[in-house]
Amino acid sequence: MLSRVADSLYWLSRYLERAEHTARVAGVHLNLVPEQPAEMNLGRWARVIQSLGIEETGTAPLGTSNVLDMICYNPASRPSVVHCVMAARFNARQVREEISSEMWEQMNRLYHQVVGADPTINSDADHLAFLDKVKEGAQHFMGMTDSTMTHGEGWRFIELGRYLERAQSIARLLETHLTHFEANFNAPGEEPDALPYPEWIGLLKSATAFEAYCKVHTPAVLPRLVADFLVLSDRFPHSVRFSLDRVYGALAAIAENAPSQRGQTVVRVAGRQRAMLGYSQIDELLGQGLGPALASIREECDAVHSGLHQAFIGYPVEAALGV
Amino acid sequence: MTGSKRLSPFENYSLPECWDEMFAAQGEVRPHYAALKERMEAMPPEEMKRRKQAADLSFLHQGITFTVYGKSQGTERIFPHDLLPRIITAAEWARIEAGLTQRITALNLFLGDIYHEQRILNDGVVPRELICTCPHFRREMRGVHVPRNAYVNVVGTDLVRVEDGSFAVLEDNLRVPSGVSYMLTSRQVMKRVFPELLRQYKVRPIDQYGRELLSTLQSLAPGGRANPTIALLTPGVFNSAYFEHAYLARQMGIELVEGRDLLVHDNCVYMRTTAGLRRVDVIYRRIDDDFTDPLSFRRDSILGVPGLLNAYRYGNVTLANAIGTGVADDKAVYAYVPAIIRYYLDQDPILPNVETFLMSDAKQRDHVLSRLDKLVVKAVGESGGYGMLIGPHSTVDEQAEFRQRILANPRNYIAQPTLRLSAAPCLLDNVEIEPRHVDLRPYVLFGEKVTVAPGGLTRVALRKGSLVVNSSQGGGSKDTWVLND
Repeated sequence: MLSRVADSLYWLSRYLERAEHTARVAGVHLNLVPEQPAEMNLGRWARVIQSLGIEETGTAPLGTSNVLDMICYNPASRPSVVHCVMAARFNARQVREEISSEMWEQMNRLYHQVVGADPTINSDADHLAFLDKVKEGAQHFMGMTDSTMTHGEGWRFIELGRYLERAQSIARLLETHLTHFEANFNAPGEEPDALPYPEWIGLLKSATAFEAYCKVHTPAVLPRLVADFLVLSDRFPHSVRFSLDRVYGALAAIAENAPSQRGQTVVRVAGRQRAMLGYSQIDELLGQGLGPALASIREECDAVHSGLHQAFIGYPVEAALGV
Repeated sequence: MTGSKRLSPFENYSLPECWDEMFAAQGEVRPHYAALKERMEAMPPEEMKRRKQAADLSFLHQGITFTVYGKSQGTERIFPHDLLPRIITAAEWARIEAGLTQRITALNLFLGDIYHEQRILNDGVVPRELICTCPHFRREMRGVHVPRNAYVNVVGTDLVRVEDGSFAVLEDNLRVPSGVSYMLTSRQVMKRVFPELLRQYKVRPIDQYGRELLSTLQSLAPGGRANPTIALLTPGVFNSAYFEHAYLARQMGIELVEGRDLLVHDNCVYMRTTAGLRRVDVIYRRIDDDFTDPLSFRRDSILGVPGLLNAYRYGNVTLANAIGTGVADDKAVYAYVPAIIRYYLDQDPILPNVETFLMSDAKQRDHVLSRLDKLVVKAVGESGGYGMLIGPHSTVDEQAEFRQRILANPRNYIAQPTLRLSAAPCLLDNVEIEPRHVDLRPYVLFGEKVTVAPGGLTRVALRKGSLVVNSSQGGGSKDTWVLND
């Protein structure tokens, strides 16, 4: 597969995953605002922005409308949903011949829905309808990808983009949450009422994890169990470990195809990370401090990102020619 | 619907002052259009509207759009598509097919000749000066052998139907002709919109075009290499024909590459893949000569591949079409194509040319300058409907300007009579049916053998009275049905 094509497939799915994640987080917090006491809403949008990894710029106070503009509607704002969908489609256009027609048509449908959104809407119901469309559209695309595209090399790069982005997003989400809501991880008998309960549910919902969590642990939200579920679950598709398992699987399959040693370095980085999460216990991570552990996972993800670029996409020509 | 008799949608159709594709006279439908007329008369206007909207939406979702420049982002428009098919009988098609085969065979012999012995120039059939002054004559190609002596492999010839109902060649597009994807996708849409009608008419299929293009390209592999690696070279997503490039690559299952994906080492071409570098044998290039290789042609081009021309001259890679084919579709060389056909094939042309006056000839020039208000003047190197004067629709100032331009550079201009292109009924946005002028661009492949796809792109001048069918100038398209009878 052409290196440029692999690169575009990777980015198209990263951008789409980002759009979906941002839309979900924005929706969760839009729903939290009206039912929370005013003091809980203080600084809410600053937290949201931080959890999305956006450097806060400007001095204007962050309110619902300017934050939604920044993270949802403004095409000139790089983290916005609209920008991400446009970037995803731009990449899809570059690899039009690699993806199935179903995928391309779905990408177009989503694009036209998103860029055609009425810029004057300002009721929460309209915002939520917009965000639902984005989430649904992105999920349709991924479903079609899995069912209509050959699960070959191109599909592996799509997997890579999706799960690397997801691992980083979830890690950052949890990391930010922990810095704002101190949690007593070591008290198993902790009463849920003593916690800002809705914020913890919001955290789970931001990772589509609420229902799945309840099935395992009941709605008694305990920080230790939440952390365990979001970081170490081996079956829940939005957990960090699940995502990194997928990253490793995709990389190993791609590297099998590469003739030289070029792929081995990055496979090792991903494999080490996967083994670390696969054999860690939540209490160990909590003992070391979960925040720093999550930060180091994100750094390793960055290492995988640049490693795969060096191995498969931007390698030096001399090395490949053997001259 | 019982009881009230609905008006036929053709009730108010006023016959144009040219050949009408559908009606022989007022109210008298040509036999091969009768079934279409019946179908349209049986369809309520709301239904027509619904089907038209369904077709438009399908084009939009498939991304068959072009970008409207100068507007804010998101203003992508679909290429206007008319719902009523243009129908061509088997007998008419047989003649077109034979004429195109003859023409492309002769043009390939011509290109082989002028890049080698130049017999036709030595014999004085085509003036040497005409060839030497043509900017598309590539001296780099002198003495270079191309596989099967096939220079032009993919052709899109523009035909027009004139007042007596016969077809004539308006232009040969021998460089990088486009539009074939519109032919193919428009048929896909019509299959959804009018499935019954297509079945009833026994329209000849065109779906095999991708496969035929691929086998044409395979037959051109350097040294007849088996299982050649083939790639389609595109300028990239910003090119207005990018949709087509991606579409064709997908139809053929070949890589769609940009210049930056390729590199030349030791006069061999490689593409950069995730598994390392891979040798490329045949390149179906969709970029102009000028941009293929910054070392040989335009140095500021970043679309091409440095060293590509040398690899090509070494015979390590085949480019389709070959470099330098533009010399044969120069609008002044066009005037000599009938003579070229006679010279190489010793046959009379089956499809005639449109009468053409060369401005480099003093007598013809004087004739034209005295009748600028009646003729069409074209710059020889321009395409897309630019650089044209349409006499009857022009102002005195415009005519004066063209007179200056012709006198300053006579070689650069030709003139032709203002043609009354045939017209075909079109379904307008308000669900009225009116005649609009059309042309026809069939697609020909030339490799091991000559293949003419039974159909083509019928382009429509959607503005009332307009004769310009180019998409950049408000043109649209129709599906073209070639019958099997």
